[in-house]
Amino acid sequence: MADRDRLTIELWILRYRPAQDEEPHFVSYTVTYTEEMSVLEALQSIKDEQDGSLSFRWSCRMAICGSCGMMIDGTPKLACSTFLRDLAPGPVKIAPLENFPIERDLVVTVADFVKKIESIYPFIMPKETKPVEAGEYLQTPAQMAAYEPFSDCINCMLCYAACPQFGANPDFIGPGAMALLQRYNGDSRDAGSRERLDLIHGEDGVWSCTAVGLCSEACPKLVDPANAVNQNKTNSAFDFFLRGLRKENHS
Amino acid sequence: MDHFDTDILILGAGGAGLRAAIAAAEAAPDQRVALVSKVYPMRSHTVAAEGGSAGVVQAHDTLDDHFNDTVSGGDWLCEQDVVEYFVSHCTREMIQLEHWGCPWSRKPDGHVNVRAFGGMKIERTWFAADRSGFHILHTLFQTSTKYKSIERFDEYFCVDLLVENGRAQGAVLLCLATGEFCAITARAVVLATGGAGRVFRQNTNGGIVTGDGMALAFRHGVPLRDMEFVQYHPTCMPGSGVLFTEGCRGEGAFLLNKDGYRYLQDYGLGPAEPQPRNKYMELGPRDRLSQAFWQEERKGRTVTTPQGEAAVLLDLRHLGRKRIEERLPLICELARHFMGIDPVDTPIPVRPAVHYTMGGILVGIDTASPLPGLYAAGECSSIGIHGANRLGSNSLAELSVFGRVAGEQAAAFAKGAAAAEIPALLDRARAAEARALGLLNGKGGGERHSVLRKEMADSLEKGCGIYRLGDEMQQACDRLADLRHRYDGITIDDKSRAWNTDWISALELGYQLDVAQAMAHSAIARKESRGAHQRLDGYTQRDDANYLRHSLAHYRKGASPEISYSPVTITRSPPGQRAYGALGEQLEHARKEATHG
Repeated sequence: MADRDRLTIELWILRYRPAQDEEPHFVSYTVTYTEEMSVLEALQSIKDEQDGSLSFRWSCRMAICGSCGMMIDGTPKLACSTFLRDLAPGPVKIAPLENFPIERDLVVTVADFVKKIESIYPFIMPKETKPVEAGEYLQTPAQMAAYEPFSDCINCMLCYAACPQFGANPDFIGPGAMALLQRYNGDSRDAGSRERLDLIHGEDGVWSCTAVGLCSEACPKLVDPANAVNQNKTNSAFDFFLRGLRKENHS
Repeated sequence: MDHFDTDILILGAGGAGLRAAIAAAEAAPDQRVALVSKVYPMRSHTVAAEGGSAGVVQAHDTLDDHFNDTVSGGDWLCEQDVVEYFVSHCTREMIQLEHWGCPWSRKPDGHVNVRAFGGMKIERTWFAADRSGFHILHTLFQTSTKYKSIERFDEYFCVDLLVENGRAQGAVLLCLATGEFCAITARAVVLATGGAGRVFRQNTNGGIVTGDGMALAFRHGVPLRDMEFVQYHPTCMPGSGVLFTEGCRGEGAFLLNKDGYRYLQDYGLGPAEPQPRNKYMELGPRDRLSQAFWQEERKGRTVTTPQGEAAVLLDLRHLGRKRIEERLPLICELARHFMGIDPVDTPIPVRPAVHYTMGGILVGIDTASPLPGLYAAGECSSIGIHGANRLGSNSLAELSVFGRVAGEQAAAFAKGAAAAEIPALLDRARAAEARALGLLNGKGGGERHSVLRKEMADSLEKGCGIYRLGDEMQQACDRLADLRHRYDGITIDDKSRAWNTDWISALELGYQLDVAQAMAHSAIARKESRGAHQRLDGYTQRDDANYLRHSLAHYRKGASPEISYSPVTITRSPPGQRAYGALGEQLEHARKEATHG
């Protein structure tokens, strides 16, 4: 409505264009906003009306595609579900996700994260193979509850931006991939835990985590990756113990 | 320019593209698959589908029922042979997804559960809470990583198809990270690039849904079929258009006007009962519900949101907290977080927004387009199952069923095809690169593409909305022609190469304008009302004598598209009166009697 209050807010956005900038620097933009306007919509209005050269990823606008993670006033957030009304009066500092290389402006490198996801065998290795014609595998709601929360990860990488361990060691497999690993290990249809556990024994695996729990605080979907990491520590310890026993039995 | 040769090139890595890639990898493990997406696959818009996917599974349900619901839901503009194939393969695909790990919601005994959906006579919608598309997409993406023959090109934008000697043989890609071009040559090409809903203002779609593949095929002479049929989803967030799943109504939600009255009973969908019966009231099809909203707004019986938008109320309260939170967690999150409303104790203001393009790239039952070597699946295609109005939960099923077909067909074609004609293709690729760079570096007249984009969206919303008028459609056509002209004079602020999203958006706008023109010109040419295409200017009835035909929009460079028509395949369901609620049930009864009598 025309008579609605038109408020303005200042955004300091970290800009970096590799061909022309020596290093990232903040640039100030002022936008007019309404109560329901998200940070993403503010960025879009800047791009459409002030400076077409500002680059950032986005798509769904509803916190499910995982594209628009960024640091907003120092906290990793999804831009589409963070609202200017909660950040007023500003200025609001917007920067790319921490702990990732910046490709340009608010765009960071995603490829290493995706490689981590791929590395944990993120697919069902069935306990018993059966043809599709034989119908679905049965899974009770309780069996589903054991892994379903970990399957809700949208791969937005906010937990990696929050994780001090990942910041210190980019090879650390990290909370998101660990949650996905637990998603499959906890699935009653799956028999791939052995292979996956081998992965997380290593020095970049589960024991790198120092259990600060910032990942779960950052998660916009309540996936609780810290819990996944802990479950894997238990599994990893138990597995290590069992292997010891087996070795003794064989000797 | 970098060059990469492959056997099967798949453009788009959402549900249909991933399913096609897996099918190709399984059907022909010795062939190489290049899977290209302008985003990382898990960002694809399949991710935003909420309610679920159809597949007959209950003992009292039949394939015939799914067939009849789909064909009447599409107002008889469906290819019935394709629908027949479709309904008989949905369940298999849903089970396949289950085997790959999709966390379908379960019954206490461990079997997959199903919910009711609009226009479906029996509950047959498989669901993973209200994140069904999200789970299908992640399941397919993660599963795809186990096939060594699939090589992904994440964040590569397609600027053109490579066509030589009347055969699709590759594509020219722009690497977003570097701004450098690369050519992929192939023996077969699959388009799985999704819909085009972003050409409208209020829509449920992600920013990436810009009709790229439709425009690419169109420009190479492949007709776009039935483009006038654009689906408005009746329950979306006012302003942003973000979707509130039909699953809300599948679980029993009511739609109320400003007086708290279940107004759908006034539009041939009643009677209103405390528990809506399937195909009654809130479980009617999307076109009818969006039309009813429009009527209510004209009668002044809608509420007005703080943003100044008209809305009706989606009332879930009577379902109780436990059911709402268990079955509809994403809806709770969206209402609470984005609107500050808890659906447990307050109805959600909703209104229609553009959701889905029923039409698309013309393909046959085998997903092959008229251009040899080119296949299409999913929302970008028009394989003919949706007709004039798609039923909710048929599109996730479609991308599964026909994504697989496309992968298998492309693999078979690639096996028999001659090798790509590389030198000639690379010449074409360099020409496409030069065109894209011309757009980037051209001086232009100083106009921003964002201005054009807004005008395009406004003109389509005005001219090709829920109800349409001849003169308003003509205005839309005229404005689009003007925008097409002005597009040649845009100026791009950003001249750099790495992650130049200014440039990408301008390229996308070029695709959108082509698709928008196909929609508007197909719409004005159809002088009847059918499904999602409703006219108020004297053509208010369905006209089978003249328009039980598919529209075909043909691209003409520098001019508006030409519209022609093709017949509809009717196998066993002759066009009848389309009705829901009590009348629908009566008619269905009569039809049954007639066939069994």
